[in-house]
Amino acid sequence: MGTLNKLTLAGALKGLEARDFSARELTQAHLDAMESAHALNAYLVTTSEQALAMADASDARRAKGEAGPLDGIPLGVKDLFCTKGVKTTAGSKILGDFTPPYESTVSDNLWRDGAVMLGKLNMDEFAMGSSNETSAFGPVVNPWRAKGADVNLVPGGSSGGSASAVAADLCLGATATDTGGSIRQPASFTGTVGIKPTYGRCSRYGIVAFASSLDQAGPITRTVEDAAIMLRSMAGHDPKDSTSLKADVPDFAAACTRSLKGMRIGIPKEYRVDGMPGEIEKIWADGMDWLRKEGCELVDVSLPHTKYALPAYYIIAPAEASSNLARYDGMRYGARVDGADLTQTYEKTRAAGFGEEVRRRILIGTYVLSAGFYDAYYIRAQKVRARITEDFKTVFEQCDALLTPTAPSAAFGIGARNNDPLQMYLNDIFTVTANLAGLPGISVPAALDSTGLPLGLQVIGKALDEETCFAVGGALERAARFDAKPGKWW
Amino acid sequence: MFTAERIADKGDWITTDTGDWEIIIGLEVHAQVASQSKLFSGASTGYGAEPNTHVSLVDAAMPGMLPVLNEYCVEQAVRTGYGLKAQINAFSRFDRKNYFYPDLPQGYQISQLYHPIVGEGEMLVELDDGASITVGIERLHLEQDAGKSIHDLDPNATYVDLNRCGVALMEIVSKPDMRSAREAAGYVRKLRALVRYLGTCDGDMEKGNLRADVNVSVRRPGGDLGTRCEIKNLNSMRFIQQAIEYEARRQIDILENGGTIDQETRLYNTDTGQTRTMRSKEDAHDYRYFPDPDLLPVKLSADWLAAIKADLPELPDEKKARFVRDFGLSEYDAGVLVSDREKAAYYEDVAKGNDKKLAANWVLNEVFGKLNKENVEVAACPVSAAANNAIVRMIGDKTISGKIAKQVFEICWDEGGDPVKIVEERGLKQVTDTGAIEAMIDEIIAANPDQAAKVKDKPKTLGWFVGQVMQASKGKANPQAVNEILRKKLLD
Repeated sequence: MGTLNKLTLAGALKGLEARDFSARELTQAHLDAMESAHALNAYLVTTSEQALAMADASDARRAKGEAGPLDGIPLGVKDLFCTKGVKTTAGSKILGDFTPPYESTVSDNLWRDGAVMLGKLNMDEFAMGSSNETSAFGPVVNPWRAKGADVNLVPGGSSGGSASAVAADLCLGATATDTGGSIRQPASFTGTVGIKPTYGRCSRYGIVAFASSLDQAGPITRTVEDAAIMLRSMAGHDPKDSTSLKADVPDFAAACTRSLKGMRIGIPKEYRVDGMPGEIEKIWADGMDWLRKEGCELVDVSLPHTKYALPAYYIIAPAEASSNLARYDGMRYGARVDGADLTQTYEKTRAAGFGEEVRRRILIGTYVLSAGFYDAYYIRAQKVRARITEDFKTVFEQCDALLTPTAPSAAFGIGARNNDPLQMYLNDIFTVTANLAGLPGISVPAALDSTGLPLGLQVIGKALDEETCFAVGGALERAARFDAKPGKWW
Repeated sequence: MFTAERIADKGDWITTDTGDWEIIIGLEVHAQVASQSKLFSGASTGYGAEPNTHVSLVDAAMPGMLPVLNEYCVEQAVRTGYGLKAQINAFSRFDRKNYFYPDLPQGYQISQLYHPIVGEGEMLVELDDGASITVGIERLHLEQDAGKSIHDLDPNATYVDLNRCGVALMEIVSKPDMRSAREAAGYVRKLRALVRYLGTCDGDMEKGNLRADVNVSVRRPGGDLGTRCEIKNLNSMRFIQQAIEYEARRQIDILENGGTIDQETRLYNTDTGQTRTMRSKEDAHDYRYFPDPDLLPVKLSADWLAAIKADLPELPDEKKARFVRDFGLSEYDAGVLVSDREKAAYYEDVAKGNDKKLAANWVLNEVFGKLNKENVEVAACPVSAAANNAIVRMIGDKTISGKIAKQVFEICWDEGGDPVKIVEERGLKQVTDTGAIEAMIDEIIAANPDQAAKVKDKPKTLGWFVGQVMQASKGKANPQAVNEILRKKLLD
């Protein structure tokens, strides 16, 4: 039973249904794998007892023929999701020992469908980061290493714990969130699949907010089909989130094998950026070939405002964050450092509680919203955002989905890039546009580069058309035959 | 800026050694929406509960909690907007006003800066001398109230009660159209009556459910506008007027001594009657307003708005016009009657089926007079409108005289009971039987021959006989009949 954790989510569901193994055995296999994987620092909290109790309950349900769509499937939960009775940190010290008395809607939906919670996954502090190095609890380590090297690499961010845990078989799937690329970029860095659905597909209720107009939850899994199965459970309208969409949730898994014959795939010329590694150019070209063979028509398209996306994102996201994070003031919950007076207590609490990157973004956000700067920064960024949304609208009159690389590079070394925030922000260059326009985007592993590290391709779809993302993603997955796994060194 | 350029009535000018001044006043009234639950959460708005018992996870700004707009509050804002004859904005949006304070858990107040739900309107304000002015409304927007910081429970700590935190407020901003404390008071009084008519706010100033920030500046009559100061959070008519008068004098003193007014926010001390600096313009917060990304814009359909408009109750101005037009009441009497929804409703119940003017006189003089004297609210009046309706009917059909009516009213006030039965049982019916009256008169004339002889020379002394007869009849004799018969017997 030592390999149950290496199954796909879909495969595990079949095995459970066939009674090949129990949810308890499946869960135990994961807990054992987690126990030997502390070197990856993927889990902040392991909820072993709860996991086994949930697994037993699942086995009982299945015995009675009452199994839900995810019954008995052990999952990890990004520590941005509030989990009732389980400490939730958002990767920050400022939340102290905060233990929510409530459950996020997305995780609640997963438990409703029978899933088992293994624990809480490490992440960049308040989801701000592209390498998982801003976590207050130490960086997550990517299970992948370059060929012949023993240098620890980043798993990407901010959902680095989720990506790393999925890649290292420490869960069958994990919840993640994506504000500027935080699902797709780590998926690309770890050879996993990650989808950020349409803004509003998944409820934000109970997810610690970073930038409300951009934040969206999604799954990270090992296959496209697994992501489709998991997203179906996570998604759905929630009256507790005013921005949640009143839209039916289709059977995403059924879309994964849909024929692509006659589909038009747009190739945006603006995504061919200066200094892009040749290997990324190559997998992009490979992706085009694969889709052509599936009967797709490739269309050259233009998203003229793409170059303004990253600057606009780095105004809007910090602006919202500066306000969203104001509640961490040491007054009602979380960590507090007392000062001589109220102002000093605020200052000391927030200086001690927030890490450097979070402080930087709060400062940027406060600055761009300040009197005299608001129009020049925030309003202008919103105008750019409207133009970018318009760009996509125009392009989707010419094609059904877009194919782009997910990230401009493969995983890099821990500590290699964190002295230049601007360089770090460039990680999001291909992913932020989908957040700004609220569109679904999936990252699928396409190949290993020459050093043996995974690279992903991204498919961006129309609003509420995740099905096309899954269909194209599924085709890419089949064509790429990506079956590489990181060698176990941990 | 103004609805209309207007110079204060001369009676409202402040005259000093250097000449005349007038006061320019604009108000921001915060009216708490009369809703069961808060603007963005399901927590109760009930008043007077144990501290921190009406607090939801949203109100306490727990991580990951999101606001959900209370549609009922939106409807009340729109209804109030219609009451103010204002532009209703089919598109409005909520913004965050960012600042740190312990009674503001989110670190921002959700308000509407850029796109308020209600735009410009106006309100007719009747003054106590019978004149009226029109005050322009700049806007009405919805926002959250903050919690309450309690500083005096512990010398070293501040306690926070979040029960009020997140309760819906309508901020109603006037144009600077008022020129005296009495005009400002008239404005608040009328606004309070309006929201109470609409049921959108209970207007309870003592509980702080309606409170005002007052902007005051002074200028030479008709001259250039001065710099204004804002006096925060006044929660009684009296404080509003006192604060304006103090503040105007303070500003005039400074100007007359060659100083300049600093634009600042001030607080009114209810003990000393003075205002003091709360924060200067330099210390003003930069609130970093921006649209709240957790909330969608509010879009109101034409059908929805039309249904709300059609469902509005009759408002004071319309009611007053109807009382004047259909009931023949004077402008003044009608104005007093409609000044409060309960009073108007009470009057209409008394007037039903009766002579409207008679009913108005009765209600204004007897009923409201007594209520004022005893300091009782209309709603708590021990004599019901139905009882008064019966009394007025008996006056109208001459079953009882006005004097007896007062007596019946007093009995009803003290002991309760049905006025018709009281009149019946206590034999208070007016005596209109001229034979009986004549007999009484004859008896009195016979007993007072000297007085009777004088009447011809001094017709005014007839009144003495009237009094005697009324006394003898215990007030029940029809005074008109008494007069006629006495006249016939003593003057003809």
